[in-house]
Amino acid sequence: MIRHNPRLFALCLAVIAAVFGAQFVLAGYPVLALTRILILAVFAMGYNMAMGYAGMLSLGHALFFAAGMYAAGMASRYGAVGLPVAFGIGILGAAAVSLGIGLLALRTRTVSFMIVTLMFAQVGYLLTLQFADVTGGDQGLTLSERGFALGPVAVDMTSGAARYNVAAVVFSVVLLGLYALTQGPVGRLFAAVRENPERTRMLGYDVARIRLAAFVLSGTVAGTSGALYGLTFGFIGSSFAEFRTSIEALLYTLVGGPGTLLGPVLGTALMTVLIDRLGGLTAAYPIVVGALLIALTLWFPKGLLGTIRDRWLPWLK
Amino acid sequence: MDLAPYLLLAGLEGLVEASVLMLSALGLSLVFGVMRVVNVAHGEFYMLGAVGGWAIASLVPDHPALGFALALLIAPALVGALAIAADRGILRRIGYDPEATIVATIGLSYIIQQVVLMTFGPDARAVEPPFYLNIRFPWFGYSGYKLFIVAVAAVLVGALWVGLRRSRLGLMMRATQFDRETAQNFGIPVGRVYSGVFAMGAMLAAVAGVLIVPANQAHYLMGHDPLLMSFVVVIVGGLGSIPGTIAAAVLIGLSDGLMSVFFSPTLAKIVSTLLVALVLVFRPQGLFGKAETRA
Repeated sequence: MIRHNPRLFALCLAVIAAVFGAQFVLAGYPVLALTRILILAVFAMGYNMAMGYAGMLSLGHALFFAAGMYAAGMASRYGAVGLPVAFGIGILGAAAVSLGIGLLALRTRTVSFMIVTLMFAQVGYLLTLQFADVTGGDQGLTLSERGFALGPVAVDMTSGAARYNVAAVVFSVVLLGLYALTQGPVGRLFAAVRENPERTRMLGYDVARIRLAAFVLSGTVAGTSGALYGLTFGFIGSSFAEFRTSIEALLYTLVGGPGTLLGPVLGTALMTVLIDRLGGLTAAYPIVVGALLIALTLWFPKGLLGTIRDRWLPWLK
Repeated sequence: MDLAPYLLLAGLEGLVEASVLMLSALGLSLVFGVMRVVNVAHGEFYMLGAVGGWAIASLVPDHPALGFALALLIAPALVGALAIAADRGILRRIGYDPEATIVATIGLSYIIQQVVLMTFGPDARAVEPPFYLNIRFPWFGYSGYKLFIVAVAAVLVGALWVGLRRSRLGLMMRATQFDRETAQNFGIPVGRVYSGVFAMGAMLAAVAGVLIVPANQAHYLMGHDPLLMSFVVVIVGGLGSIPGTIAAAVLIGLSDGLMSVFFSPTLAKIVSTLLVALVLVFRPQGLFGKAETRA
């Protein structure tokens, strides 16, 4: 696994070490902000599997984020299960939803695919509003289950440090797992389908199945992030299923570099910090997002790490 | 109880909705047909038409008819100019790449919406209709202005249809749609045709926006529903097919009125969005379109 791309592997380990080390220098609000960044980075990394690696630009990943969040949150609230089980249910829920949507949406390509994924996600959002007496709708639901036992250790999710370390563990596992997938033969198949589906088919691969695998992987990782977000902060709500959530994943990935393993992580960190800093100008936030979307497509379609990869560091993929 | 008056009222309201929808959806369809790109900012052009119409009409406070006439001329022209700027400044530079265009026009719609919110404010604004005329039916009176919307929409769509079929400009547009490179070889200024088509699509949406303001109100979020509904119409009618778009607009405009009588609005939206997504998955040529004939 390491030998596929040792320099990138070393960089991933360095990122993980920095993430765990950061809690010894930071305190208070930055820890909370970093917790959110880690969780949302998982979302963007998941989005990048479909969009960056396999070349399927979805506008509906809010659906998978919300599927994970609601499956986990509902299980925790109504199912009387512990947080780790609820988390597992969230991941399974997102996998099931992305499999169902993938089987339908992958019959279309490019523009139709974007519109279809957008519409399915819109249906999911409206469903959370329609069944507001169960889901909480716009108001959302607070989850009362805020701790779990890890063997002899009791983890209290109301403590900032516990939340941070849980998020950091999930982030690290996802990062290393996706490293193993993308830098090996699977990653090459994703790229082959993205770059030249006809030739991939000619070489004897089942393109439809590879696309479906990439899509389900992408949706499941996105849902993992949603489940983690809901359980970590003890809140689920319709606003997470909105179109804006899909656009955020797209934006983070575009900024950092689609098709690079660490690009979405960097993009999430930069954008979250930028939005935090713009706090005083919240009214201007959509303008910044809009201008960035346009500027990136015009001048910077490969994002930060994508550009660095093409110019200087070819192993950064 | 007599059902006839309810059906007549629902039919009339549906007809008004269908005409506005037809204009806005034709704009989207025209742009997709000729340029093969989806303009996500289309709903914002509609909103800009409405807000611009309000701004212009309120400059002439004492003469609603004059104010409305000016709004109907100036607001779409301004929106068209903005669309040309967007085409030259953004779409042309990304080579009309279909995916990049969607991302960039999402960005454009965010900017337009926020700028309008910051300048125009979050309130809904009303415009006085250019004339008051109450048409008496046996059971109720109905706003003559709303029927005027239907007439204007029908005239515009007729003019567009004849223009596309008969005029030299329409021929150039159809040639570009059919085969961009060959058209260029025959001396058709494809770049200008693209700008023109993009502006025309935006102006159709803006006209729809100006027409609807006196009946509804202008609001900075009013572009969302028309965008979604225009998508629905264009997809059901067949992407890029103009007769299909017209038929679908009438069908959907009329049925939307009835749907919202029987279902809650959210449920109606869920059902229609799901159905349309499935149409796009299983019948990408639309319900009225023929199977793919063009490369």
